[in-house]
Amino acid sequence: MARRRRSGDRPDLSVRDLLTEAVAGLLARPARVALTVLGTVVGVAALVATLGLSKTASNQIVGRFDAVAATDIVISPARRRARTVSSVLPFRAEERLQRLNGVVAAGSLADVDVRGDLASSVPVNDPQGLSRVQLTVKAASPGLWRAVRAHLSTGRFPDAGNSARADRVAVLGRNAAARLNINRVDQQPAIFLGDRLYLVIGILDRVKRQPSLLGSIIMTEGTAVREYGLPAPGLAQIETQVGAIPLIARQAPVALSPSSWRELKVAAPPDPRELKGAIRNDLNALFVLLGGVSLLVGAIGIANVTLVSVLERVGEIGLRRALGAARRHIAAQFLLESTAMGALGGIAGASIGTIVVVAISATRTWTPVLDPRFPLAAPLLGAAIGLVSGTYPALRAARMEPVDALRSGT
Amino acid sequence: MDPESPVVELRGMGRTYGADPPVEALRGVDLVVDRGDALAIAGPSGSGKSTLLNIIGCLDRQTRGTYLMDGIDVASLDEDERAVLRGRRIGFIFQTFNLLAHRTALENVALAEVYLGLPREGRRERALAALDRVDIANRRDFLPAKLSGGQQQRVAIARALMGAPSLLLCDEPTGNLDSVNTQAALALFDHLVADGMTMLIITHDDEVAERMPRQTRIVDGQLTEHR
Repeated sequence: MARRRRSGDRPDLSVRDLLTEAVAGLLARPARVALTVLGTVVGVAALVATLGLSKTASNQIVGRFDAVAATDIVISPARRRARTVSSVLPFRAEERLQRLNGVVAAGSLADVDVRGDLASSVPVNDPQGLSRVQLTVKAASPGLWRAVRAHLSTGRFPDAGNSARADRVAVLGRNAAARLNINRVDQQPAIFLGDRLYLVIGILDRVKRQPSLLGSIIMTEGTAVREYGLPAPGLAQIETQVGAIPLIARQAPVALSPSSWRELKVAAPPDPRELKGAIRNDLNALFVLLGGVSLLVGAIGIANVTLVSVLERVGEIGLRRALGAARRHIAAQFLLESTAMGALGGIAGASIGTIVVVAISATRTWTPVLDPRFPLAAPLLGAAIGLVSGTYPALRAARMEPVDALRSGT
Repeated sequence: MDPESPVVELRGMGRTYGADPPVEALRGVDLVVDRGDALAIAGPSGSGKSTLLNIIGCLDRQTRGTYLMDGIDVASLDEDERAVLRGRRIGFIFQTFNLLAHRTALENVALAEVYLGLPREGRRERALAALDRVDIANRRDFLPAKLSGGQQQRVAIARALMGAPSLLLCDEPTGNLDSVNTQAALALFDHLVADGMTMLIITHDDEVAERMPRQTRIVDGQLTEHR
C-alpha cells in the first residue's frame, strides 16, 4: 500500500482544512456565537464610535473658531490691583498697541463713573423722573470702534479731534438709543447727562465684541477725563491677525506697561490646536476606558463560552484524536474558532461604531471625521482578544486524553 | 512496513492502573492478529475489554510487555507519532457511532483524512467511494440526525474505511442497533472480511462474537483463545 508512510513523520493540518473545521465548528452553533461575540461587538463599537466622535466633535469645535473669536485679545489690570494701581493701562494704549506687528486694530475702553447722573433726551424737568434713565456711560478711544468691529446705523464715530478737545459728543448704543427715544442724528439730537448737554453724533447698531456697548452712552476718553475725571482706561481691546494671538498676548502687556506688565491680565482664546488636542484627550481618556472595559467583558465572554464549548465537545475532541489529530491540531482549531469570533466581533463592532459616528454627525450636520486606521485595526484587535481568550480553553482541549474524551461520546 | 509482520502483536502485555493499591486491568496478554484475520474479543463488562481496545487502538499505553503494530514498537512512539499511527493504520468503529451532528454523512467520512497530511484533491471522491462500499452513498448529504441508527453506523464504518487502514477496530459495533440492523452490520462485516480486511471486534454479545472466524474471551484481564 503505497499511501502509507513511515509513522514517525508529523503531518501538518492544511490551513484550508483547519479553516474548514473551525468555521464548521462555529456554524454549528450560530446563535451562541452571535451572543458570545456581542461583548466584543459592543466594546469595539464603543471604541470606534468614541474615537470617531471625539475627532468629529473636536474638528467641529475648531471649525467654529470664527475669525472674531480667534483674533480677540482683551487686556485689563489684574482685578486685585485695580483700585490701587489705577494707571497701569495708559491712555496712549491704542497708539502703543498699534505699533505691534500682528495687531489689526486696538483701542481702549473704560467705564465712566458719572456719580449718579441720569440721562434724558428732553430738557424738561419731569417731576416724576420718568424721562430720565440711568445708563452706563463708557469712554472709548478712537481706535476701539474698529477693534470691536462696531457698526453704526446712522451718524459717525467720534475721532481723535473730539477726544483731544474733549468735545461733548456721544455715541449711543442701540438699546440706549431706544430708551432715550432717539433713532436718527440728522437733526442733531442732544441728550442730557446730569445737567450737561451732549450732542449725539452716532447710533451704534451692532458690535462683534464688548456687547455692553449697545446699552451704553459712549463718550471720548478726553471728554470723560475732563467731565468726570476718568483716571485710566479700564481695558484694552485688540484685534490681531489670524494666528498672531500667542505673539500679541505675550508682547502687548509689555508694550502697554513696560514696568508693571505683570499686573495686567491678558484674556486671549487658547490656541485652537492645543484646544483641539485637549478636548480630544479628555474625551478619549474616558471613553477609551469605557471601551476597554467592554472589551475585557467581551474577552471574558469569549473565554467562558469557548471553555463551555470545549467541555461540550469532549466527544468530538476524542473522535478527532482517534482520527489522527495531534494535540496541536486540537489546540489550533479551538484557537482559530475563538480568534474568528473575536475578529467577527471586531468587524461588526467597527461597522456599528462607524455607523454611529456617521448617524450622530448627520443629525448634528457635522462632518464625520474618522481615522481610517481605527475601523481597520478593530478586527485585528478583536482577533487578538479572541486569541488571548481562547488560549486557556484550547490548552484544556489539547490536554484531554483521547481515552477519556472518547468515553463521553459526541 | 514489513508485510510479513502481523498487524497486531502483543507479548506479555499488561496494564496496571493506579498505585495504592494497583489495579491490574490486563495481565500477560499474548495476541497475534495477522493480516486478513477477523477476531472477536468477548467478555463481560469489567473484564478489561475496553482497556485492551484502547491499547490496541494506541489511545492508551501498556505498563508491561510489548505491543508491535505492523512491526512498529508502539511504546517507542511519542504522542504525536501515535496520533499519526491511529489516523493512518486504525479505523475506529464506536458503539455510539461518534458522528459530528452538524456535518453531513459525506463530511463526516471525509473528516477521516483531515489529519493524515493527504492532499485535499480527490478526498470527496474517496469519501463517496467509502460510502458506496457500505451502500449508503445515496444518503451522503444527510445530517446524522436524519439517518437511522443502522445508517449512522454505516457512515461510521465508511469513515473507518477511509485511508485504507491496516486494522478495523470495533468497540461494541452493534450495541446500539436493533436486531435487523445488527444482522445488516454483521453481513457488512462478513463482506469486509471476505475482502481481506483485518478486523478486531470487541463485544459482550456472544452472537456477534460467534460470527467471527476467530474468537477469544477475556476474563479478569486474561485472554483465552477459543479457536
